[in-house]
Amino acid sequence: MLMTRLLSFENWKRWLWSIVRFVLIAGLSFVILYPILQKIATAIKHKSDLYSPIVVWIPENFTLENFKNAISIMDYWETLLNTFLLSSTTTILTTASCALAGYAFARLSFKGSKLLFAGVILTILVPPTTILIPIYMNLKDFTLMGIIPLLTGDSVNLLNSYWPFILTSITANSLKAGLYIFIFRQFFRGIPKVIEEAAYIDGAGVGKTFLRIMLPNAIPAIVTVMLFSFVWQWNDSFYTTTYLTSSNVMATQLSSLPHNLSIQLEGGVATNKDPFYMSMVQDTGILLAILPLIIIYLFVQRYFVESIERSGIVG
Amino acid sequence: MPKFSLTPKSYEGQKAFWGVIFVLPWLLGFVFFFLIPLLTSLKFSFSSIQASSEGMKITFIGFKNYVEALTVNTNFNRTLVESIINMIVNIPLIVIFSLFLAVLLNQRFFGRTFARGIFFLPVILASGVILNLESTSLVQAVNEQNANSGGLVNAFGSFELERIMIRSGVNETIVAYLTGAVDRIYQIVSQSGVQILIFLAGIQTVSPQLYEAAKMEGATGYEAFWKITFPLVSPLILVNMIYTIIDSFSRSPITELVMTTGFDNSDFGLSSAMAWLYFIAIMLVLVISTYFVSRKVFYQE
Repeated sequence: MLMTRLLSFENWKRWLWSIVRFVLIAGLSFVILYPILQKIATAIKHKSDLYSPIVVWIPENFTLENFKNAISIMDYWETLLNTFLLSSTTTILTTASCALAGYAFARLSFKGSKLLFAGVILTILVPPTTILIPIYMNLKDFTLMGIIPLLTGDSVNLLNSYWPFILTSITANSLKAGLYIFIFRQFFRGIPKVIEEAAYIDGAGVGKTFLRIMLPNAIPAIVTVMLFSFVWQWNDSFYTTTYLTSSNVMATQLSSLPHNLSIQLEGGVATNKDPFYMSMVQDTGILLAILPLIIIYLFVQRYFVESIERSGIVG
Repeated sequence: MPKFSLTPKSYEGQKAFWGVIFVLPWLLGFVFFFLIPLLTSLKFSFSSIQASSEGMKITFIGFKNYVEALTVNTNFNRTLVESIINMIVNIPLIVIFSLFLAVLLNQRFFGRTFARGIFFLPVILASGVILNLESTSLVQAVNEQNANSGGLVNAFGSFELERIMIRSGVNETIVAYLTGAVDRIYQIVSQSGVQILIFLAGIQTVSPQLYEAAKMEGATGYEAFWKITFPLVSPLILVNMIYTIIDSFSRSPITELVMTTGFDNSDFGLSSAMAWLYFIAIMLVLVISTYFVSRKVFYQE
């Protein structure tokens, strides 16, 4: 008798907790999704619906006009292609260079490698703002220690090209690269040493061991780093707006969208500059910019969670 | 001449040799894109820079730039203090909140994959330019106003909560802090995506045997959390704290101030000084908080 009552009490407690948990999770999910839902609702509204007091979520006059405007102002398709190329190039280069450095810091210790790893930590800790201006000036007159002026007679201006991104990602110093090196190092340290030794005894050199044994084992870490690097590069406005001022990349297009929009509206017919309308098109622009990411996320979401669990950041 | 062969013969020597090769790309980048700019920026911060047709004239002026940033510039002090206070206020909230959510998302329930998918969405969305533009979105602001009067967002309203807590005699600062957190829930949720991921990964490495044993001994879920989960993930609290601090760089208003001073007013000296002051402030926060947290952290070995 007592036993059953206890059981039912336990049961009851479990149910209560389930409900509380459900409410919490549903509520917070709503908080997260709210801006996106709102943007969708705004994007499909017609201009007249903006002032209609009865329209909150579902528009009275459904329209795709905002999308058309935003696409034409942002030069969307070209921008999309550019951003995709930029992000994927830097992602691949960064992952490769960070994997090399991470493996070296984890397993191939040499004199001073501890000190250099402290350097990696330093790159994580120093705010990019601190070094931005010298980097900017350096890239404006890029000399590579005076080698380039010797060859061509003048320094090169690397701004407004993709070179800053390529150079920094080849050398594992791009956006948040220190973090990626750290992830790789942690992961490689988790792989048993015995495997390497076995490979060595079987006659594989260090390079071969890395390529044939360690890299295939490091897939979770690679996936994690690639995902983060791609997404952060896509969204990054800090470096892109400094290095690229006139190229069409998502971040620069988004930040100059209000400006371009007002130019276009002023040039057009008597569509006076309505701040609400501008904001509406801007919201649509944001939606368009994150749309590819959301689509990609739908497919890789599973790996996102799985890989970080196995990538040994926590170990 | 085997003596002069390029690759050393011993395994250790070979590893060291390849280690240098592997690190080399990073080292080059480190020197050219980090160390030299860092030192240059330090030098700039102590000098006055005049750009002319022949190039730049750099003259050493000592601490003048720092003095100017701290005493003359109207914005810097306020922005720096605000940005640091904001960070200090947010760190505990984000860390505790993400630990709580990670525990929640680790439990088995219907639709868990879906819920996880939503909670990691901020990792993708809440960064860089999107966040900046979002804060200026007019439609959103107006909609929120409308919704407030309509009662939709009232559910988030912390007014009632505040009254109840003050009446029941909770300290007023704590009440203000908590209700502030409720009001900024979106900001906090959107900044804790990566932290949730890290905690979740950490919780899953905890061996299930420990929980089984605890259950046999009659521990409740609450006790199991405080006696098993919490100590075992406590090193990650440190990790997440540091990550939260690093993550706050990109949205700090200081960045904007430094960029406008540097590029629009072309006062490189002053802007470098500002950037260094910001760096020093961050380091102080980092060192102090790491010191306090790491004393409490439990390490297994």
